[in-house]
Amino acid sequence: MTTRYSKDHEWIRLEGDVATVGISDYAQSQLGDVVFVDLPAKGKTVDAGAEVAVVESVKAASEVYAPAGGEVVETNQAIVDDPSLVNRAAQTDGWFVKLKLSNKAELDALMDQAAYDAYLKTL
Amino acid sequence: MNRQGRPTTPHAAANSAATGTLTGNRGLQMEEALLFEMGQDGRTGVDLPDAPKVKDRLGGLRRAGKIGLPGLSEPQVIRHFVRLSQKNYSIDAGLYPLGSCTMKHNPRLNEKMARLPGLGDVHPLQPVSTVQGALQVIDTLAGWLKTLTGMPAVAMSPAAGAHGELCGLMAIRAALKARGDVRKRILAPESAHGTNPATAALCGYTVDPIPATADGRVDLEALQAKLGPDVAAIMLTNPNTCGLFERDIKKVADMVHAAGAFFYCDGANFNAIVGKVRPGDLGIDCMHINLHKTFSTPHGGGGPGSGPVVLSDSLKDFVPVPYVVHGKDGLTLVESGDTKSFGRMKSFHGQMGMFIRALAYMMSHGADGLKRVAEDSVLSANYVLASLKDIMSPSFEGPCMHEALFDDRFLKDTGVTTLDFAKAMIDEGYHPMTVYFPLVVHGAMLIEPTESESKDSVDTFVNTLRGLAEKAIAGGENVAMFQAAPQLTPRRRLDETRAARSPVLRWKPGSNGAPIDKAAAE
Repeated sequence: MTTRYSKDHEWIRLEGDVATVGISDYAQSQLGDVVFVDLPAKGKTVDAGAEVAVVESVKAASEVYAPAGGEVVETNQAIVDDPSLVNRAAQTDGWFVKLKLSNKAELDALMDQAAYDAYLKTL
Repeated sequence: MNRQGRPTTPHAAANSAATGTLTGNRGLQMEEALLFEMGQDGRTGVDLPDAPKVKDRLGGLRRAGKIGLPGLSEPQVIRHFVRLSQKNYSIDAGLYPLGSCTMKHNPRLNEKMARLPGLGDVHPLQPVSTVQGALQVIDTLAGWLKTLTGMPAVAMSPAAGAHGELCGLMAIRAALKARGDVRKRILAPESAHGTNPATAALCGYTVDPIPATADGRVDLEALQAKLGPDVAAIMLTNPNTCGLFERDIKKVADMVHAAGAFFYCDGANFNAIVGKVRPGDLGIDCMHINLHKTFSTPHGGGGPGSGPVVLSDSLKDFVPVPYVVHGKDGLTLVESGDTKSFGRMKSFHGQMGMFIRALAYMMSHGADGLKRVAEDSVLSANYVLASLKDIMSPSFEGPCMHEALFDDRFLKDTGVTTLDFAKAMIDEGYHPMTVYFPLVVHGAMLIEPTESESKDSVDTFVNTLRGLAEKAIAGGENVAMFQAAPQLTPRRRLDETRAARSPVLRWKPGSNGAPIDKAAAE
């Protein structure tokens, strides 16, 4: 159950066949107060690196990219109802979607916690 | 995700400043209530006799309650709108350095021409024989645009820049369809105007971002990797939103054409190259031109935009109707017919008032004058860049084109953000520059002084920015000043988060100030 990160600041955590995806704590802090979240319909299939959701803060609208490809099996209505949850709990309750991965090997291309922390230091 | 750092709620200090006056006014800056708050039943600007008693035929539809309009006298209404207009900042009030928006002076000669009775009083449904002069204005302006861009055709009707983008992409889509080639992707650099991906999405394309190189230009290797048989077009701004000329633009055009795709150029920054470079010579297939930027017609609340689109040989057949042609009885309009045109984008013929103003601007400058416009706008921006590069942090090595881009490295660890810095400029009497755009640099500040400003004016502006930067870097109690700014405006810093999360979009009686009759307002 390790968490992996993309260079675009999404995190992904695999449990069984299903992976949970959200934006990193760094991402939420850089975005500032999140005011709107747009989530995909269940059943939608996305490729790795494709847009899976939109997050909007007072300063910018940003795409959330799928760190790995798969089918959307669940979305987090709680962040639609209360977007501030993304700020308060980006890497726990503020998750965006759950994906049934089509190729788990895609996770290997992503950063682990140590690599992501090192990446953040370069920004 | 982008990487912008920006506070969105007002600092505590911002809420504490009260005027301390009995009226709530700040000197001659009046605290202004809404008309609905000021209005009183029975007050009116005119005395009308009672309506004669007649039998109405409204049956049960006769209005039972009051209509809820505020009762006001004429001087009250005049003062209200004059006071509101005095709160407005405009290019007529001062330097307006909004990057990528080209807030240049709107010459009064343009206004005089637009008000000539033969142009100002015509109606679009008049017979064409009675509006030959107006058609000639459209035709002459079209001729100038084609000459300045080196392109064979122009669509005059798009009503603004983004509408022009839509026109260009619809022409590209029509051209692809005509050759039986369905393509799905549009490439756009990460620094693109937000309207580029929005337009592509509206046309049903998916948008694929192209990364920038370290020097702020399109990464050719990344472009080559993204090009393929499903790419419909690239949308590129030149000069780009970092204020830099895309020096590999001809290579980009060749690569895009080799892949069978079209080259859309966002002409929002044409001001920097007008008269110097013809986009047609760069391999561009279509480009919109913001008459309200490059050609000085009013915008930013002052007037409608206008975004004619020039088209290359490969796209000219698909130009939207209507367009002006030379017929045997003078000028006439093609409004429909058996052309390959993709259709109509706008009622009537486009923003006629803006056509007149833009043409007046072109003709009063002449070809040599327009060249000077580009030169002076680039000179102004480079003067700003050179004057501030030792204290603020330019994002890229100079020289720049018509706008100077700084990022927030000079504010690092000061506690002052780009937003605070911009708000402090308001207290100094300036409209802030564009902030947090383009997204490719952190905490961006994009300054476009335009060619309208005198050297004195730019010097005062530069000295103000230098003074603010010194204050921010010195830190200490200055930081609170920045975080509380603006303090001298009718309203202090707004709570953007609350405004976005729980917007109040409608005034209701009793919600603020004097209540009025509830039944009347509902």
